[in-house]
Amino acid sequence: MPTFSELLWDHFKQTPDKDAVVLLHSGLPDQPVTYRQLIHGAAGYVDTYIANGVLPGDVMILILQHGHDLLYAYFGAILHGAIPSIMPFLTEKLLPERYRADLAALVAVTRPTAIVTYPDFEPEVRAALKPGEDSVRAVIVSDRAQGPREPDFGSFGGLHRLPDDIVLLQHSSGTTGLQKGVALSHQAVINQLESYGRTIHLSDGDVFVSWLPLYHDMGLIACWLMPILLGNLLVLMSPFDWIRAPYRLMQAVSQYRGTLSWLPNFAYNFCAQKIRDRHLEGVDLSSWRAISNCSEPMRWDSHRIFYERFKDYGLRYAALTTCYAMAENVFAVTQGGIDTPVTYEDVDRDSLQIDRIARPAMEGRAVVRMLGAGKAIENTTVRIVDGRGASLPDRNVGEVALQSNCMLTGYYHRPDETEKAFTDGWYLTGDFGYLVDGELHITGRKKDLIIVGGKNIYPQDIELLAYEVPGVHAGRASAFGVFNDETGTEDVVLVAEVEADDPADRNKIADAVRVTVTRGSAVALRYVHLVGPHWLVKTSSGKTARSANREKFLKEMQEKGQLF
Amino acid sequence: MSDEIIVPLGKYIAAEILKQSDRVLNVDEPLISSGLIDSFHLMDLALFVEDTFGVPIDDAELNAQTFDSLAQLATLIESRR
Repeated sequence: MPTFSELLWDHFKQTPDKDAVVLLHSGLPDQPVTYRQLIHGAAGYVDTYIANGVLPGDVMILILQHGHDLLYAYFGAILHGAIPSIMPFLTEKLLPERYRADLAALVAVTRPTAIVTYPDFEPEVRAALKPGEDSVRAVIVSDRAQGPREPDFGSFGGLHRLPDDIVLLQHSSGTTGLQKGVALSHQAVINQLESYGRTIHLSDGDVFVSWLPLYHDMGLIACWLMPILLGNLLVLMSPFDWIRAPYRLMQAVSQYRGTLSWLPNFAYNFCAQKIRDRHLEGVDLSSWRAISNCSEPMRWDSHRIFYERFKDYGLRYAALTTCYAMAENVFAVTQGGIDTPVTYEDVDRDSLQIDRIARPAMEGRAVVRMLGAGKAIENTTVRIVDGRGASLPDRNVGEVALQSNCMLTGYYHRPDETEKAFTDGWYLTGDFGYLVDGELHITGRKKDLIIVGGKNIYPQDIELLAYEVPGVHAGRASAFGVFNDETGTEDVVLVAEVEADDPADRNKIADAVRVTVTRGSAVALRYVHLVGPHWLVKTSSGKTARSANREKFLKEMQEKGQLF
Repeated sequence: MSDEIIVPLGKYIAAEILKQSDRVLNVDEPLISSGLIDSFHLMDLALFVEDTFGVPIDDAELNAQTFDSLAQLATLIESRR
């Protein structure tokens, strides 16, 4: 079993002049980076880490955006044997104070030795730290890092790491997500890459094209570590550039003859709806062989509109594939659409929702079209279990449980959370679904998680922010997601009980809730619904019951004739 | 700066982006830096401006440095017509 550093060393020895990554930046020429340049750049960072007292096995937080610095700083940490974790950058809409609080919370849990960032962001980082009290011994500024140099592999701490050692941490976003860092070993990641690579028939000629952020498993594993460690070209653009110019993805696939991409469901709608013909002149998408829909509820309709929009530019229907993944399994759990087209089936809606059985559709009854997420990848086993952990037969909806050779080592420094996640050796995902001949279909979530554009949002984070607004009382708000067919992702709704009756007062409160939530979490609320006292449904323990409140909200909207 | 630009822009943003048709936007209110218009909707705004006023906005310009308020966006549109 090789480790990350050994794989990198192999590429450096055998194909130093091969392009590892091409970095795309809006308005700049494309920047190819060979394995030699990658290792030289990373070796400079190793020196910097040593000079700053970082030891192999230490955690490092990288707060860097798309570009050379992130590439070199990340793989420098790997070669040094340190444990990198990428933290999202501060965006315009998030309040700096809130960002600092999140960073301080992350530092408290993961106890990093060093943080790497840009010079102009250094004050922001330092403001979150408590010198002498917290674990951080160095804030490393990218422009003061050592420049590229010839590597001395024998001296790298990374070559002395063992397959069982933790190699990296992955975090979800938000106050809650940052508390649970998924710690992965070399062995787990490499097992995943091998199993998943075989499932998707990865070959030397495959070219990855991605705009995904690297603080998320889909970006970090499928579109960063997999190509770089396995020796496939990665064409990478920034999520900030892509969201402003989604056509750049198509142009990059065409230019580099891209074969593989991973996209959250909303991106299918976004690309289909927002790309103009003039940006597609000369674009040829025929090289794309697998575009995996992953990381949020996926819809057949999103595949359809994407295919219809781009089929005249060479897009093949067979290239539309599906994947169910989670950071706790490194990445993929199932994959569909590789050897046979993606499956879908129409099931009886009432039967699915009330009896929790996915019965094939019958004439004259309401149906739900379910897209298959594919079958379990090699060395991963999926079961559907009831509330007591017993296996359920095909077509019965229950919780998705899994076992694999690529599970997390644990939630970093959170043995309590790690223990809670497993039952009798099975990891319980918190997602509901059913199997048909091994094909997994995801129907919903047990956990109160909202997923917007592939990003996990914890409703409790949103509710806590709402409670900061005068007029909204603690314990009297409920946040949940409602799927939006047009955008192909969930909208975030917040219902809050207020005493104010006057519409003008309520508007003021609603505005304040929006601003506070957006600036505190970078999440935009689609709908703020203010209601009178005693509207919210509570559980016997007094907590708000989000799914019941969601049902009540949808019913009210329906009665008002407002569609959701 | 003309209402002919400001009024339809403000209505579009309130109704289609904020989904609050009755919301009145102040001409100097920050839209991007405040998070009111999030990155998902910047493309929509650019496409609306192009379709309505015949003025293309490059993706590299979709940020608070180029324009942040209705007034600034209207000035940008006028300068290119």
